[in-house]
Amino acid sequence: MDPDAVRCDVAVVGGGLVGAAVARGLAGRGLSTAILDEGDVAHRASRGNFALVWVQSKGLGMARYGAWTRLSSDAWGGFARELREETGTDVAHRRPGGFSLALSQEELEKRQSALVRMHNQPGWIPYDFEVLDRAAVEREFPDVGLDVAGAVYCPLDGHVNSLRLFRALHESFRARGGRYLPERPVEGIARDGAGFRIKTARGPVLAGRVVLAAGIGNARLAPMVGLSAPVRPQRGQVLVTERCAPFLSHPMVTLRQTDEGSVMIGDSAEEAGLDERIGLGVLGAMAERAVRMFPKVGRLNVVRSWAALRVMTRDGFPVYDRSEDAPGAFLATCHSGVTLAAAHSGPLAAMIADGALAADMAPFSARRFDVPAAA
Amino acid sequence: MFRRLPDAAAAARELPFTLDGEPVSGREGDTVAAALLALGRRAFRRTAVSGAERGPWCLMGVCHDCLVTIDGAGNAQSCLVPLRAGMAVETQRGRREVGR
Repeated sequence: MDPDAVRCDVAVVGGGLVGAAVARGLAGRGLSTAILDEGDVAHRASRGNFALVWVQSKGLGMARYGAWTRLSSDAWGGFARELREETGTDVAHRRPGGFSLALSQEELEKRQSALVRMHNQPGWIPYDFEVLDRAAVEREFPDVGLDVAGAVYCPLDGHVNSLRLFRALHESFRARGGRYLPERPVEGIARDGAGFRIKTARGPVLAGRVVLAAGIGNARLAPMVGLSAPVRPQRGQVLVTERCAPFLSHPMVTLRQTDEGSVMIGDSAEEAGLDERIGLGVLGAMAERAVRMFPKVGRLNVVRSWAALRVMTRDGFPVYDRSEDAPGAFLATCHSGVTLAAAHSGPLAAMIADGALAADMAPFSARRFDVPAAA
Repeated sequence: MFRRLPDAAAAARELPFTLDGEPVSGREGDTVAAALLALGRRAFRRTAVSGAERGPWCLMGVCHDCLVTIDGAGNAQSCLVPLRAGMAVETQRGRREVGR
């Protein structure tokens, strides 16, 4: 019939951090797995992210997201060791605990009250965090700027080298027998017997199962398998300085020093559609806040800046779904592809390999958006 | 490796400066990089990641291999900075320190 068709047990649509992590997990469970990816010019959040493995602020409004994040963060150490053993690549995972610095008393109180509300939610699995006053922050970081009023510290937070993570996931996927098929934007997905026939720019792919992990592209793809993915792009901008000697022992939510010495400054959020341009206004505001946190950073040269598009849902939480109409079709999407990589490669891939998402994944279904608006 | 042209050597005024704390001198019109090269220095710094030696390569502000610390500020492109009398120039070992 289709002599040229690619055949596999599972086709993962999207080769970013989410797709590669899930595909690697599937390939490690004995399934012949193919990643269908776009080309180099794809809107690829995986190349632009800030590389935190971050826990402390995740889950207000959905306790299950807090637990899922925590699970991934706890699994990250073993996950990084596995990647190193399989690929020789050290993704530089560190978990020294992370700080959110507040530049005013009001900002500190706001953060504190959000944390208290988050930890008081029903079903919340508690973990430690500390709210530090200025004196305590100064003891930890003698160079901290005069405007810093305090900080929130959580020992579970960490960071990685996310470009090396991206590469290691793909190398591990290939080492496990997975096939990476670039330049294959998906044009259509149809049921085909017990499986799926996927129309791509370079010919059909016949797959027993399909996993949609295409970031913003999931919004277009999901209806093809009876699902929905109400995601939109949210622009984030990042500034990177020249490499300098280690001076910052912990990641801050908007500022961190990489394993190779660069200082990354980030965490802006703008609604700008698919516009990936940077702007001096936002970059300037980010730099100004960074210098107020650590005045010494102001003497460093900026060597790079970029913008990338987060994959955002209305409530900011991930979507994991299994199609009722098209059994064997799954969807995964989130804006925390680094933090959740260990969960995606481990438990999520295991569930997809078993053919069903666990009952406790129900809160992540996009059906949560199918409620009538309040009058 | 580098020698000054005889005419230039005779004409230009000498500018004293320090290199890693040692008193040395260059000539008016030198960039910091040119002065160091004329003093016989080839390695200006060690790289941030592997610690390998680096010296000027392009001498026109592009390659960033001639970085030195000038008057306490690290990662200065020595090929773009005119030499001034009294400068404190230091070769840089590895990464710049954030406060300097």
